[in-house]
Amino acid sequence: MKRRIGIDVGGTNTDAVLLEDARVVHAVKTPTTADVTSGVAEALRRLLQSAAQPRTAPRAPSGDRFAIDAVMIGTTHFTNAVVQRRDLTRVGAIRIGLPSGASLEPFIDWPEDLAELVRGEVSMLEGGHEFDGRPIVPFDSAGMRAAARRIRAAGLTSVGVASVFSPLNAACELEAATILRDECPDVAVTMSHQLGRIGLLERENATLLNAALVGLARTTTRAFTDALAASGITAPLYLTQNDGTVMLASVAEAFPVYGFASGPTNSMRGAAFLSKLTDALVIDVGGTTTDIGSLRHGFPREANNVVEIGGVRTLFRMPDLLSMGLGGGSLVARSPLAVGPRSVGYRLVDQGLVFGGGELTATDIAVAAGLIDLGDRKRVASLPAELVRGAVARMHAMIEEAVDRMKTDAGDEPLIAVGGGCFLVPERIAGISEVVHVEHQAVANAVGAAIAQVSGEVDRIFQDLSREEAIARARDLAEAQATSAGADPRTLSTVEVEDLPLAYLPGNSLRVRVRVVGEIR
Amino acid sequence: MALRPVSAAEIESLAIGAWILGTGGGGSPYLALLNMRKLYREGAAVSLLDPMDLADDARVAVVSNMGAPLVGQERLTDPHTIARAVQMMEEYRGCRFDAVMSLEIGGGNALQPFMAAAVLGLPVVDADCMGRAFPEAQMTSFAIHDLTMYPLTLADVRDNAVIIARAASWKWMERLSRKACVEVGSIASTCKAPRTGKEVKECGILYSTTKAIRLGETVQSARRRHHDPVQAVIEAERGQLVFRGKIRDVARRTTEGFLRGTAKLDGLDDFRGAGFELAFQNEFAVGWLDGEPRVMTPDLICVLDSVSGDAIGTETLRYGQRVSVIALPAPPVLLTPKGLEHVGPRAFGYDLEFKSLFA
Repeated sequence: MKRRIGIDVGGTNTDAVLLEDARVVHAVKTPTTADVTSGVAEALRRLLQSAAQPRTAPRAPSGDRFAIDAVMIGTTHFTNAVVQRRDLTRVGAIRIGLPSGASLEPFIDWPEDLAELVRGEVSMLEGGHEFDGRPIVPFDSAGMRAAARRIRAAGLTSVGVASVFSPLNAACELEAATILRDECPDVAVTMSHQLGRIGLLERENATLLNAALVGLARTTTRAFTDALAASGITAPLYLTQNDGTVMLASVAEAFPVYGFASGPTNSMRGAAFLSKLTDALVIDVGGTTTDIGSLRHGFPREANNVVEIGGVRTLFRMPDLLSMGLGGGSLVARSPLAVGPRSVGYRLVDQGLVFGGGELTATDIAVAAGLIDLGDRKRVASLPAELVRGAVARMHAMIEEAVDRMKTDAGDEPLIAVGGGCFLVPERIAGISEVVHVEHQAVANAVGAAIAQVSGEVDRIFQDLSREEAIARARDLAEAQATSAGADPRTLSTVEVEDLPLAYLPGNSLRVRVRVVGEIR
Repeated sequence: MALRPVSAAEIESLAIGAWILGTGGGGSPYLALLNMRKLYREGAAVSLLDPMDLADDARVAVVSNMGAPLVGQERLTDPHTIARAVQMMEEYRGCRFDAVMSLEIGGGNALQPFMAAAVLGLPVVDADCMGRAFPEAQMTSFAIHDLTMYPLTLADVRDNAVIIARAASWKWMERLSRKACVEVGSIASTCKAPRTGKEVKECGILYSTTKAIRLGETVQSARRRHHDPVQAVIEAERGQLVFRGKIRDVARRTTEGFLRGTAKLDGLDDFRGAGFELAFQNEFAVGWLDGEPRVMTPDLICVLDSVSGDAIGTETLRYGQRVSVIALPAPPVLLTPKGLEHVGPRAFGYDLEFKSLFA
């Protein structure tokens, strides 16, 4: 039997679940604390209290006294640090690629307030590669050594290195890192090829954001580890990434940017797990907003758009979500009739009519309409039937329209409803075969964290290979990457293949992106 | 000469409008826009010149960035390289230019003359020779008018410079310059055959820069007022809504250097129940509504995000996107029998008689 703990640290609540194999045995919700870690410690304390170790359970291989095999934490901490401009480290930026791209230096498209906080020593050096692997010009290693000395003199502790076409040939970035470690032994180095994806500026932006967050990531990860140790858990700690997979905390602390927006991903993955469906739409109705996404092979379909984090353009793997201002706390206006986008949010339990407050909310309408039994029903008994009927119809129409916009298949698909406000979802929707409700829907995000797997991804250009050969080669590389990140090679499966022939390049150039996932070893 | 300064705000609008006029190709103007923002921050200001104010013997440089859009995402465009291509032509011909103009107003190349102009201190002519984006050198109004296609200068970021002194035809010019471009990494800055003021006035597609700026302003103003930007574009440019739906499937392949492929769409809103198929060759070429040809090149086929009004390129089309397909009228020169030989459906291998949506 495998026992895993999943924790989701959201903006309002920290949720924790204990899973035994595929069964949720305990779930708790606690308020998120400003320091994040004391909230995690409290969630763990309550979870373990309610889940006293079964006497018969064998000790996990980890030797954990609660027989826990793994703990997975998903957190919005790093995203919030960028958005709120706090706890960021000033970084050195190394761009390798001159004489190409000289006019657009690192940080060129950052919001000025964020750049002011993060921009340290900036160096642009000769080197980099062409799309076909030839060097643009030889790498300026002497210039690199001089840059490393300036970084040391400036007292910087973290550096981001980005070289032209490094996802195809990482030699320049690797050499730069070697020189940096030689000249400034204690500096943390983020190399852009580790963050993948073609598109120099966006990849460099991700690299510099990552470099700015590694200090915070290290302290946070260590605090999580301490919170586990204080709870008596010795099982390995993993952090969840925005693609629904995990990395060992000791590895993940070097890549905090992968944790961006892992919350919605965990919620959708949890919905897939709890419903046993792999291809479906997911609707997560919270207190203020509703997110709708699409599951393919058990993973959220990704957005193709450029994703901005705190105003910085990146090419992160983010779930494609349609968000709208409708939730259990949405305010209902009587004339003209309107629902949301304004909401009482987490104050619903004080301000909603059924809870003794004075605001008419979506939850009050649902109670009056008999969709759910919450609070004091009598307090909404006098609402006009016409208002209740009209407001329910309005909310149903909003959901139906949004669901239809996210649907990409002509045939009917199931819709999994999760989140605290999922009673607002109508039972019948055009184009939806079935609205699926699941147990533990309110902690789907923590469940998603608990079940996370390990992934590997490759995005590169292949030449003069058949489509099949190119995909096979990319798959081999992705599998090797997943295995080194902690996946059991026997459990690897391919979840995404995308190939894009390239215009104006010779020799049948094909860009292939393959992603594989597997169970934790 | 009537020169008017182009504001930084207009450059922003130009980037949005040019991406729409790219009809799926031409490459995103984003990196060129970043260069222009920087040049303007550093005090540059570019002026736009009314083409009818060009003297008959004025010398005009026609510029474009050439290469694979994907390579352009790694080897970032630089104003000094495009300026270098213009200077090479001046050195080769032994005379100075009076102005620069764009080869194609669709996509990133709309901003290349502005980058060159900012460095060289020259004005930009309010014109191009495609009125949109097309993949090859012979698909221009200058080629349709049988103007000479040489010489051409090609500048690389390293100290490589290529001059194509003569070419036997527009297609030969395309082949020779493409070969040189691939050698230097599939990205290069080029200055095409110089034009006289008379040639630009008679054979250019006039006022297309202003049109792209206006198009961008239409989208921006609709967004600010929370109006539908797609509808705003259609109204302002006398276009037509051809289809609205979700992308169900995208298939791509490259042959002869083209990114060819098809996208299938399922209808939404007024088009519920209908199906649409879009064929592209770098740019969108033909669209079929329920199996019947509905819109075809050279009419401009633009695919816009249904909510934001942002253009979507053939390389970024993807399963599940919610898009509006609109058609905008093509410049008249492309609709002549000679024009259709160069850029009509048959020039792209579709055995279809051209029928304009705007006829």
